[in-house]
Amino acid sequence: MIVFRMGLAAVTALALAMSMSAMPSAMAKDWTKLVIATEGAFPPYNMTTPDGKLVGFEIDMAHDLCARMKVECTIVAQDWDGIIPGLNAGKYDAIIAGMSITPKRREVIDFSVPYVSSPATFEVPKSMADLPMLGERINLDDKAASDAAIAKLGSALKGKIVGAQVSTIQADFLKTYLSKDIELRTYPSNAEQDLDLAAGRIDMAFASSSYLVSAFAKPGGEKMKMSGPFVTGGMMGAGSGVGLRKADTDLKDKFDAAIKASYADGTMSKLTVQWFKIDVAVKY
Amino acid sequence: MDLAFLGETLLRLASAIPTTLELAFVSVSIGLALALLLALLRASSVIGAACVRAYVFVFRGSPLLVQIFLIYYGLGQFDAVRESFLWPFLRRPWWCAILALALNTAAYGSEIIRGGLAAVPAGSIEAGRVAGMSRFTLYRRIVLPLALRQALPAYGSEIIIMVKSTSLASIITITELTGTARQIVSDSFRAIEVFVCAGLIYLAINFVLTRAVLLLERTLTPHARGVPR
Amino acid sequence: MQAYFSLIGFGPQGWGAQLAWATLMTLSVSVAAFATGTVFGVAGAWAKLSGGPVLRGLADAYTTVLRGIPDLLVIYLFYFGGSALLTRLGTLMGHDGFLGLNGFVVGMLAIGVVSGAYQTEVMRAAYLAIPRGEIEAARAVGMGRALMLRRIVAPRGLRIALPGLGNVWQQVLKESALISVTGMVELLRQIHIAAGSTRLPFDFYATGAALFLLLTTITSLLFRGAERRTQRHERAR
Repeated sequence: MIVFRMGLAAVTALALAMSMSAMPSAMAKDWTKLVIATEGAFPPYNMTTPDGKLVGFEIDMAHDLCARMKVECTIVAQDWDGIIPGLNAGKYDAIIAGMSITPKRREVIDFSVPYVSSPATFEVPKSMADLPMLGERINLDDKAASDAAIAKLGSALKGKIVGAQVSTIQADFLKTYLSKDIELRTYPSNAEQDLDLAAGRIDMAFASSSYLVSAFAKPGGEKMKMSGPFVTGGMMGAGSGVGLRKADTDLKDKFDAAIKASYADGTMSKLTVQWFKIDVAVKY
Repeated sequence: MDLAFLGETLLRLASAIPTTLELAFVSVSIGLALALLLALLRASSVIGAACVRAYVFVFRGSPLLVQIFLIYYGLGQFDAVRESFLWPFLRRPWWCAILALALNTAAYGSEIIRGGLAAVPAGSIEAGRVAGMSRFTLYRRIVLPLALRQALPAYGSEIIIMVKSTSLASIITITELTGTARQIVSDSFRAIEVFVCAGLIYLAINFVLTRAVLLLERTLTPHARGVPR
Repeated sequence: MQAYFSLIGFGPQGWGAQLAWATLMTLSVSVAAFATGTVFGVAGAWAKLSGGPVLRGLADAYTTVLRGIPDLLVIYLFYFGGSALLTRLGTLMGHDGFLGLNGFVVGMLAIGVVSGAYQTEVMRAAYLAIPRGEIEAARAVGMGRALMLRRIVAPRGLRIALPGLGNVWQQVLKESALISVTGMVELLRQIHIAAGSTRLPFDFYATGAALFLLLTTITSLLFRGAERRTQRHERAR
């Protein structure tokens, strides 16, 4: 038994040493140090430069918010489909990755107040005829009107292959409302989806409009265009917020205050205009 | 322990088993045919042998995941490929996965078969020649059966490896076992339970396969049965 | 062609420096994983050869399970499960808060544990292939266990195991590509990033395949050299 305990202690000590050297894990609850995860593949929100640096709207915003909260932040990259389990597993303390605040995600993590909001829409090759309801809005909160609009959309999309990033509000929308009309293909990140759209493996993609603006600026993006309606409300969530563990309510309060302060002095709007060309900051 | 969640997870994962088995079965079948062709080509001429060696070198020397990406995303880069008659196949992730898996296993399989062919006793071949068998009959009746029996244990491991390799298809949007597990994780945000369940299913599949190969080995080696070793 | 070389070159528009760094990462995570696997392999082979029924059963379960499930799943399990387990252990030791593992450690452990299962089998087979006469002779001259291990079993076994270990190494090197799913920037991850950002997937994946081929070829030559060295005096006999 003693041997067993000593062994356990040794293993734990080793593991502790390894994990501490491995990662600047935030363990202090007074939040002087914070590890923030982002995807690094969702321009212009967050992206990775050729030399491996993380840049983008959310990187700038995170540094601004951290300065306001007076904490020292480290930003790490994490693949999208593991980003929520990673938060709850304690790999980092916050997610800033263009993550929309939705009821489903709220079941497992908490969110700050939203900082930006941009509706979802379709991306199609320029050679393709426009989808119906171009530029109109479908608000899922207005059930009667949105049901009719979605039925019309469904018949226009019959038999098409539509791509979306896995585990996003866009993929959920397609699954919930259009699964009987379309074939849904989900991707680990938007980069793969764009490659498949360019190759013609999928007929169209469904993504956040602010993401699409930046995708069009990349090589090959000039052959694509936005089409069909903008979808908002309901399961599409209330804009993007900082993802946090449910237990860390004190951290949520800090982020909420920082986001509101950043909006109040105009920093948030300035940053969105810089990265998105339009002001998509949530108003307070 | 959330039993209801585990049950639901197992049920959803079980519905993906056919896709995994189908991927493995189709790619192993195509791969075996290719491997036989490669082994014969290797025995045919010096140039043939050099080509096969280069093929085996490339496919065994690089990761399968890179091969999958190269076929799936890489080929789609060229207009010529997209306008060719192959595109209806290459457009589907399923066929890209089959192609990559089959090409990969063919490289390993051809080496296994080569080993099997090398192990055919020269005496058996001479006996066949003496009996006046043609080259084709000799291969069909003597060389191939003996070589296949010799190669079976190694080929059995290759099949297990292929079943495991089908998990990589999940990375190009195919919802086989691992892909389904990843989807459940991204829906439920619970990782460990789901991946453990998926692991158990793979173990069960491979256990059954191992037994089946052993059984086949015993049927193909009747003279060894009942002989004390 | 020139466009391709400026793309993978070391110029301002080139990805050369990143690819070189990533290749180094792939190599170092593979070496770390292989070494981890050797620790598991020695322990597993020892348990299978001279352990009691419990240890033998554990070692059998270890090799069966790890060789029966896809490596991708093992990586996912270590990635998500590892930090949960560490956190729980940490709490046990009176440590408050979360503990995490980075991609390198996850990759090293996951690939290491898998390769350990294969190394177990290689080393067990090598031990069994040592001529019994040599071990008996060593016993007869009164060698202790440690001395016998050092003078007879280790050198003799290593010589027999080298080709098998060489195969496991190749496997480790190729499996290391799977670590890219954890977001750790090794060779495949860097290739993936470059392919997505330039929209030239063929150029980059082909480059990736070539770099992996280079690594496997060079290291297999090293292993073959080592094999030849250890067999020197045998040929002389």
